[in-house]
Amino acid sequence: MSITQFTYSRIPAEAESLRDEVREFLQNNLGDYPTTARAQSWMGFDAAFSRKLGAQGWVGMALPEQYGGAAAGPFARYVIIEELLAAGAPVSAHWIADRQSGPLINRFGSEAQRERYLPPICRGESYFCIGMSEPNSGSDLASIKTSATRNDAGWLLNGQKVWTTNAQHAHFMIALVRTGEKQAARHEGMSQFIVDLRLPGITIRPIRDLAGGEHFNEVFFDNVQLDADALIGTEGKGWDQVTAELAFERSGPERFLSCIELLKTLISAVGRQPDALQSREIGRLSAKLLTLRNMSLSVTAQLAAGEHPAWAASCVKDLGNLFEQEIPEVAQLLLEAEPRQEGGSEHAQVLAYLTQMAPSFSLRGGTREILRGIIARGMGLR
Amino acid sequence: MRELFESTIERLLADLATPEYVLGCEGGEWPAELWAAVEASGFTLAAVPESLGGAEAGWADLYVLARAAGRFAAPIPLGEALLGNWLLGKAGLEPQTGILSFAAEADLSLRDGAVVGVLRDVPWGRHAQSLVAIADRNSATPSVVLLSTESAASQTLSLNVAGEPRDSLHFTGARVLACAPLPASLSVEVLQLGGALLRSAQIAGALHALLDMTSAYASERTQFGRPIGAFQAIQQQLAVFAEQAAAAGIAAEAAFAESDTLFATFTIAAAKVSTAEAASVGAGIAHSVHGAIGFTQEYSLHLLSRRLWAWRSEFGSASLWSQRIGQMVCGAGGEGYWALLTDHANQQLCTLERKSA
Repeated sequence: MSITQFTYSRIPAEAESLRDEVREFLQNNLGDYPTTARAQSWMGFDAAFSRKLGAQGWVGMALPEQYGGAAAGPFARYVIIEELLAAGAPVSAHWIADRQSGPLINRFGSEAQRERYLPPICRGESYFCIGMSEPNSGSDLASIKTSATRNDAGWLLNGQKVWTTNAQHAHFMIALVRTGEKQAARHEGMSQFIVDLRLPGITIRPIRDLAGGEHFNEVFFDNVQLDADALIGTEGKGWDQVTAELAFERSGPERFLSCIELLKTLISAVGRQPDALQSREIGRLSAKLLTLRNMSLSVTAQLAAGEHPAWAASCVKDLGNLFEQEIPEVAQLLLEAEPRQEGGSEHAQVLAYLTQMAPSFSLRGGTREILRGIIARGMGLR
Repeated sequence: MRELFESTIERLLADLATPEYVLGCEGGEWPAELWAAVEASGFTLAAVPESLGGAEAGWADLYVLARAAGRFAAPIPLGEALLGNWLLGKAGLEPQTGILSFAAEADLSLRDGAVVGVLRDVPWGRHAQSLVAIADRNSATPSVVLLSTESAASQTLSLNVAGEPRDSLHFTGARVLACAPLPASLSVEVLQLGGALLRSAQIAGALHALLDMTSAYASERTQFGRPIGAFQAIQQQLAVFAEQAAAAGIAAEAAFAESDTLFATFTIAAAKVSTAEAASVGAGIAHSVHGAIGFTQEYSLHLLSRRLWAWRSEFGSASLWSQRIGQMVCGAGGEGYWALLTDHANQQLCTLERKSA
């Protein structure tokens, strides 16, 4: 693994030509969507909006046409999602299905699974969450204890997941669970299942975050009976399948655009005549943003070429999270604007919200320390 | 063309620009043998139009030459000659063989084929045979001029942190070797931008070499019975270094690729900001991981780290280019921000009053 994996990749003209279309759509459909709501970025939930996007053909667009996708290349999808994120559009409902679950089902699923799950994903109607962390398994994911045991009807699922984003809204969870005894090789004996969240024996409880929002959940499985075809991919190969997803999960623009709304309100609040410190800091952040976008596009090109750039994706996520987390700090540095939970200017409200959200950026999807460990391993150090 | 350029220059520099050789040139020793080999390979004419005897390569291909110069800490004005000849070609003037450099900081007036004024911070100014600069920068008719170094009335010698010559030359009525109007498509800042472009690639190259050197050292050096690279504290630092080196590489490459026809000023500015930050972080981690041995003259780490400290501030520091980006961005306002970023290759930076030290 080497930094030479990062080579400059331009967005092809065909994909670039979608940009104006998305902007016009957003103007027409989200014109009066408030700035404070846009600040939620990909945590904003609006099923009606997701269905509209699905009707446009912009959900699951990289999936094959026979399942309702557009067989679009990764760059076309990139243009769509970066425009949605830059506008702060409420994409949370379909986000995980579009980014991860759809591609996973397409890649590892059976024909029957593809036919069943992919068309409603593409219509923006079917929402997924990802069950990975457990109370005693966070960064050490291989230590999970939730298990599925074979029985006559299929599989019996027992255990508990936690920090599951959107479980309270999602129709399905793709859960990583143990299907075999813990082996000498600790990454073996795990499998992935598509769990219908309406099944008996499932309890979902939202966990309120520090700002009062309800995004993540704890999910309990008490003798949940799964059909035999709930298994996705190969029994015992769950870890490898999860690892294959990570390049999609860690390199996209959502890993550095979480505070874009704050950067915009900051620029507007500073005004057109910045002082030296203000122009320097806003310019420095903008340079970083341009560079991060080029790194992210480079990983997209690698994905388009059928490579597995998990290492490069870790670089994008770590640098991207640092960038996102720096923006509330710079906002404090540049203006005497007190953050306001209620009242105050739009900028003050966005600042209050994102100051509180920022710690989560480098936790969700893999912590900073885990990412750096992956990078070091790729460099041959571990 | 890029692959051929890359393999040829890397082989040439690996053979000749050894650490001992580079160190021996610090302080102003001219590497005649290295320069002769580079010139014989035709690299200094790579950007010149074919009609004028060059290879007419675009900046996207030239990136690998500037990066290799950085990677090997080549003590020669390779990028400078490339840029100088490129500008001469743009102005329709004959390219120069021999040692060619340029001045981005020129306070020069041209009257009747003779110049009065000063060129500041000229890379390898004392060794160059000829220099490219822009005269009458603040007039309606700026000119590209080619000056003979010999015709300077005096020189003020200066060295950067890495012992590379950065000299000032004073002219009091010297005849120019050639001159032509600056093409309307080019800004009077073209040499400042070009210099920033070159240094960003050199920093990317030097960081790559420094990262390789530092991770190799971490795998070899043993303490507490293990290679120090086996400790998480070291691993995490090297991961940060790798991220920064990767960021520097892609930022510099983007600046070259998007400048293929006209200089993409925003992308170049962003490259200088990103590479300067990476230089600072990377050099710091490299020294931290190496410990005391990296602080000695004998060990070649400093050949790279001292150049990173020099190059990050040449042709505009991160601070200067950040301010220029920031002024442009604030001018567009928060509402226009994203559209400006996605159309970055076509944006023009505002000019700043520059405070000199």
